[in-house]
This record gives sequence, C-alpha cells and structure tokens, in this order.
Amino acid sequence: MRPLSPQLAALRARLTGGPSSRLPRGVLAVVLVLLAVVPLLGFSVPGLMPGPAAPVNSAGTLQVLGLCLVFAGVAVGYDVLFGRTGLLSFGPALYFALGVYVFDIAISDWGWSPGPALVLTLASAIVVALALGSICLRVGGIAFAMVTLAFAQAGYFLAQSNPLGLTGGDTGLVLSSSRLPGFLVGVANTPNLYWVALGYLVVALLLAWWASSSAAGLVWTAIRDNQLRVEVMGYRPFPFKLASFVLSSVVSSAGGVVYLLLVGTAAPTSVASTSVTVSILVMVVLGGAGSLWGPALGAMVYVYLQQYLLGFSGLPAFASLPGPLRIPLSQPDFLLGAIFILFVIFVPGGLAGLAQRLPRRASHVKEAPS
Amino acid sequence: MLEVSDLHVRLGGAHILQGVSFSVAAGGVTAMMGRNGVGKTTTLKALLGLVPSTGSARIMGQEVRGWPTHRIAQLGVGYVPEEREIFTRLTVAENLRLAEAGLSGDYPRVYSLFPELQERGRQAAGTLSGGQQQMLAIARVLLRVRPLLLVDEPTKGLAPKLVGEVVEVLAQLSSSATILLVEQNVHVVRRLAQRVLVLDHGEVVHEGPADELSDENLARRLVGVSGPE
Amino acid sequence: MSTFIAISFSGLALGAIYFLVASGLSLIYGLMEVLNFAHGAFLTVGAYAAWVTATHLPASVSAPERFLVAVVVAVLAGAVIAGATEVALIRPLYRRPVSQILVTVGLDLVVVALLLGVFGSNSQAVPVPSWLAGATRVGPEILPNADFVALGAGAAVLLGLVWFLGHARYGLIIRAGVENRDMVAALGINVRRAFTLVFVIGGAAAGLAGILNSVVFSGALVSPTQGDSLLIFAFIVVVIGGLGSLWGSALAAVMVGMLQDYVSFYAGTGGLAQMGSISVVLLLAVVLLVRPSGLMGEAR
Repeated sequence: MRPLSPQLAALRARLTGGPSSRLPRGVLAVVLVLLAVVPLLGFSVPGLMPGPAAPVNSAGTLQVLGLCLVFAGVAVGYDVLFGRTGLLSFGPALYFALGVYVFDIAISDWGWSPGPALVLTLASAIVVALALGSICLRVGGIAFAMVTLAFAQAGYFLAQSNPLGLTGGDTGLVLSSSRLPGFLVGVANTPNLYWVALGYLVVALLLAWWASSSAAGLVWTAIRDNQLRVEVMGYRPFPFKLASFVLSSVVSSAGGVVYLLLVGTAAPTSVASTSVTVSILVMVVLGGAGSLWGPALGAMVYVYLQQYLLGFSGLPAFASLPGPLRIPLSQPDFLLGAIFILFVIFVPGGLAGLAQRLPRRASHVKEAPS
Repeated sequence: MLEVSDLHVRLGGAHILQGVSFSVAAGGVTAMMGRNGVGKTTTLKALLGLVPSTGSARIMGQEVRGWPTHRIAQLGVGYVPEEREIFTRLTVAENLRLAEAGLSGDYPRVYSLFPELQERGRQAAGTLSGGQQQMLAIARVLLRVRPLLLVDEPTKGLAPKLVGEVVEVLAQLSSSATILLVEQNVHVVRRLAQRVLVLDHGEVVHEGPADELSDENLARRLVGVSGPE
Repeated sequence: MSTFIAISFSGLALGAIYFLVASGLSLIYGLMEVLNFAHGAFLTVGAYAAWVTATHLPASVSAPERFLVAVVVAVLAGAVIAGATEVALIRPLYRRPVSQILVTVGLDLVVVALLLGVFGSNSQAVPVPSWLAGATRVGPEILPNADFVALGAGAAVLLGLVWFLGHARYGLIIRAGVENRDMVAALGINVRRAFTLVFVIGGAAAGLAGILNSVVFSGALVSPTQGDSLLIFAFIVVVIGGLGSLWGSALAAVMVGMLQDYVSFYAGTGGLAQMGSISVVLLLAVVLLVRPSGLMGEAR
C-alpha cells in the first residue's frame, strides 16, 4: 500500500469537511458501559418485551439483546463495503452463513475444540472472500449486486443440500455443546454469551473505525464518491475494493460464530437465505450507511422490533384483533419493509443522519470553506 | 429570447457555475467563449434542465428552471451537443424519426441541406464519419420549428472543409432562429456571431459585440486561446 | 436418448420462464439502470391474481376458459403493480440510483409479507384444464403440454418485444433511451413515460411467468416466495446474457435452463440435490471471468 500522497492528503481534507458522524467518545463510552451492565439488572421494565414482565437479565430478554449486538456487529462490517466503499453487495449472508457453518461443522461434525475451529472459520472466510471477491469485482455497480447475490444463493443451496452429510440440510446442524467451555453452555450462562456478543460488537466497531481512518479507508471513500478520480490519481481501485470486501466478509463470518453460540443451531433459511442479506441491508440503511455507529444502531432497532413483533403476534390476545390490523402485524417484514421504504425516500441519512441534523440546527457550526 | 440570471450549478461537491448572468435577444448568433472547463457546456445543460441548478433561466418569457428537460425542449429549444450524441445503434432514418417528436418533420428542408442523410437513411448512425454525425446532430433540431438553438462546439474535430460547411449551415439557420453558440474557434465566431460572451471560472467576465475579436490581442486576452489557423 | 430429449425439452421450457422474468429486468435495467428487486414480487402477485381468479369464477365457466381468464388477469396484475411501482416509488427517486434499488428491496419485503399474512404460507392450487396436465406424442417422444405452452409464451414475448423495439415509436424511444436518456429528453420526448412503459411491459411478462411457472414446474401451486427464488436465476440470466441485451437474455435463459436441468438430472442423485442450481452459479462465474460484460452485452 502506498503512503499517504499529497493528493490523498487533500482528499482527506475535503472529505472531513463533509458531514461526519462522529459521536463524542464520552457518549460512546457511556453507552458501552450501560450495555455491559445489562446482565446485572435484576428488575423488570414493563413493555420491554411483549408478554408477562420478566427481569431485564432473564435469559429470554438477554438472548434477544445479544442478537441485537451480534447483528449490530455484522451491520458495521457490511457497512465497510456498502456505506464506506460504495459497493452494493447482496451477499453478506454468504459470509455470515460461512461463519455459522464452518464453526459448527468443525465443532459438531469433527469434534474440534473452539480455538482451532475459530481459526479455521476466519481463515476460510478470508480465502473465500478473496476468491469470490476477485470474481465479483470484475463487474461494477448493478452487476456486482446481482453477482454477489448469485454466489450467496449458491451458498444457501449448498447448505440445503447437505454435502457429505455435513450441514444437516434443511433441518440444520445443532451445535454440539460437549466441546464448548462450560461458561458458554446452558441457559444459566446467557449473560456470558451476551458479553461475548458485546465484545464482538466492540471489536467490529474498532476494526471498522481503524480501517476507515487508515489511508486505505480514504481511498475507499474516494472510490465511493468518484472512482474515476481515484484512477486519475494513479491508484488501482481493485486491491482497495478487494480489501474492503474481505474485511467486511470476515467481520460477518465472525458474527456468524457468535450468532451460533447464542442460538445453538445452523439452519439454512435463518442464516444463509436472501432474507438474511436483505435484513442486513435494511439495518444499515435504517441506521445510516457510511456512518460508524449508525448501522449498529439500525441493527439493534431492527432486531429488537422484529423480535418484539414476533413475540407480540404469539400472544393469545393477538388473535382477537381485527384482520386489517392483525394481518400486517403478524408479519414483522411488512412493518419493517414499510419503515425501510419510508426511510429510503424521506430519511436517506438514516437514524445517524437524523441525530446529526438535530444538534446542527441548534448550534452554530462553522461552514467549511469550499 | 433568453434571460439567465445568477445561475449556479454544483456537481459532486464542485461549484461549476457561480452565478452566470446574461441575456440573448431574439435573432442572430451569440457566441459563448472561454477556456476549457470554465462551464460553457454546463451552462447549456443547465438551461436544458440536464443538470440541477439554482437561480433563474427564462426562455421566451417563461421561467424554465426546474422544468423537466422534455418540456423545455418542447418550448422550442434545440440542442446540438458537443459530443454529437447521436444514437449510434439506431439508423440515420430512425435518429431523424425520433427527433420529429410525434409531429411530422420538415424533411425537405433537412434533405436539401444534407442530401447525404437521405442516401444513408438505413445505415447505422454509429458508422457515419465525424462530419456526417455532426450533420445528423444538426439535422435533428431542424425537423421541428425551434426558435432557440443551443449549439455546443459544432466545428470541434472537423476537417477545415467541413468546418466551412457547418458554418454555412449555421449561418443559414440564424436567419430563422436564435442561436447560442459555444465555440472556441475565433474565426468561426467572427464569421457567425454578432455578440460574444466570455466565461471564466463559472461566471460571465465579458460581454460585447463580436467585432472586438478582430483585435487579436484582445481576443487572446479574453479567450485565452486563439482558434487554430 | 428419449430421456435426454425429455430433459432437454424441459430445460428449454425452464429457459422460457427465465426469459419471461429476465426480459423485463433487462429492459428496465437497460433504460433506467435500476436493478428491480421487486420483480419477483410482481411475479408472485401475478400468480396469486391468477389463483384468486381461477377459484372465484362462477362454476359455469369451463376449465380452459377459466384458465385463460386467469392468465390474462395475471398479466394485467403484473402490469398494474409494476406501473404503480414506477410512478409511486421509482420516479420520486430519479437520479438516486442506489435508493431506487433499495426501495424495490423494501417493496419486495412488504408485498411478500402481505401475501403471507393474507393467504398464509401454504401453497395454493390453481385449477388447470386437463389438457395442460397432459402430454403430446411427438414422433417417438411424449412431451408435456405445459412445456409447449411455456415455450410458446417465451417465444411469443421474445418476438413481440423484438417487433416492438424495432418498429413501434415507443420501441424506438426505448432503444434510444438505452443509449442516452438525456438526449432523448433534449429532443422534446417525455422519456419518463417510457420508464413507466418498460415497467408495465416487464411486470406483464413477470405476471405471465408467475402463473406459467406454477403450472409448468410447481404442480399448479402458487406460493408467496415463488417469485424470489425465480428472481435470482433471472438475475443470473441477465448478467450472463449481458445487461440490457434482449437477445443476450434469451440465449442465456436457454443455456441456464438446460444446464440446470441436465445437471439436476445426471448429477443430482449424487448427494447434492441442489447441484443443478449451483452449476448455474458456476457458469456465471466462468462467464464473468472470460467476458465480464456478458455474452452479448457491451462494456459500459
């Protein structure tokens, strides 16, 4: 990688003049501390989840919140590719599923211990992302979206067809707990799994932040804004795009591992199908593509809403609702899809963009010289 | 015919037009000159609504800024773009048919000016020579009555003989339409234009009669480059 | 030999269905550079419209008439929802290409969820005339009638589109718009009307594909997610054929359909039930490595 050239320095100056989405570090630290102490909260918050009130640190609630954290990390990873580099991939589910399945197969089919299994998972994520990324990046724009989708679908078909009896086909593969350390097994240890998920999110945020503020990160942003200009400056965009692709994929795969620990089963429809990709895309756009914490927030809101609506539609009182209310509410995707459409049209910056606009209006921000 | 005031265009973070103001009276040829990249083509595109702009652009008394491109064109504005932008995969006849825009076209006029286009009607437009493509691009705006023509560097890249032909055609057209001509070639401007606008850094920096250009020094100072001899 | 011919024929019919979906995607992309993720939903809506029609017509309507009316309704339903999508969701996002794609993703979610909510996740059977479930002897071969219908529909749509693009005024506008939208508008033509039109045409073809896919390949069953699985193959067809190329899509559709059927039949028994589908993705990878712009596409 070349050192920061004068052109790039100029680029950095221009880019940082634009709307940034920096959250003050203090706020971020407070949020993380608050998230970290959630498993210690023994009281219940009415309405936090549908149904009879349960303590915040009950296993059910913690699992939902843990899922929020996992997908927050996955969304942050995906945004490196989509929001930062401007490449609309429809394939994040492939790498998420790869993480779930490789880890599961190594542990449950082959009886490996978690350490080597994790190494194998991350290594295969890198290899697959390098290989498929090199092919997909031969085309740009719309074709890239279609091709990444096709490969992701091939992954789904592969998982479904139970090759060599490894994946368990449609029914999936249950994670065998005998090879896992005790503190990650069982309902009583859900707080530990929650902390693992939080740790994963922090690592994903740090990685995305570090990569985006590196020299390569600047080139990514420049590619997103105007690839031609990057080429004119003498950079080959391909290796930078591939790096973004691989980083994004590896973060997704790692998220798959944590997901598996939390949920305990690898099933093709819930980890490898197109709907997983679409969910990740919706999370990122809801939160605000191209901002560091926006996708994380979007993912938490998305997963929480989805789980809440699912729980809500399972309540006995739900069946007595009139049809026009019951039918849309019974389908979380309907509401989430509608919210997503409204955000795309009216709130292109997502939640992060909204949050950005409010304080700006109030305080006097010095206009950057053009 | 055309009144532009305080027209701004910002594209991808670049402030390309920074308050362009000028007006063009009905009839004759007004030339717009200036070095490469000062915003001449962008001005024409903004007038046609092809790039988003702010400010005011009145054509034949109507404020057209913010209108969709096809409505501006239907008002009677013809556009001959710098890169010809003929439809290369369509035949010559199809290119012309498209330009009729639903009305019957004035083919006798077009074919008397450019007999070659009639002979080559079934040929794919992309296989025409550069000069023929320019003829086709001009012919497209002649099929309907268009009182205002925006013509962008029509002689660029043409052989001297063809430059003469294009100048002849434009001179003929100027008797029936108002032409705003973007042109770098001082000799072409001197031959065709009555008035000259000079653009620099996204603004009109000079406006005056075309006669001034006969003073070579002034011409060089205003335009930066002289036309090829 | 007989098996080989039967498989080839069935692959050809599958290719015809792929073409019906891909042609609309390709037209829409060619003119507007929009990747229409909701195309699968248009298809599913068409299939459900056909099912609702076929099951609600009075008993006095004969089976063939019932089916024909259902097909017409499927085509109309696809056309209407596609046209409405263009006007209500795509048009306001003009010059925001990524948002246009995202909004179609959202629409797909919403439509499929709505169908699931209203009709449930179970498949529904469309009543079809007995002839359509039968087969015809051609020389030594016995070939399913439904396959003939799919092939005929694919060929008719291909020829109709070729005629339309070559001779109709709006066909001319669409071809010119594929090359240079701005210049079409600068000639005084309302190119946005052409945008709506390609959506309507694409939606109509998708509606037709929806009901035919059910009849030919799903035992006359319609299901809320049938469109989304077909859509991905249509995407592959469009990329292999070359984005925006109608003949490219036709050629690629036949290639993909036949490859998928051959591999499913001859290799599908070896433990990899989905090998046919996976082989299609491999074909895509090979085409991209050799010719990134697709078989008949032009480099953009």
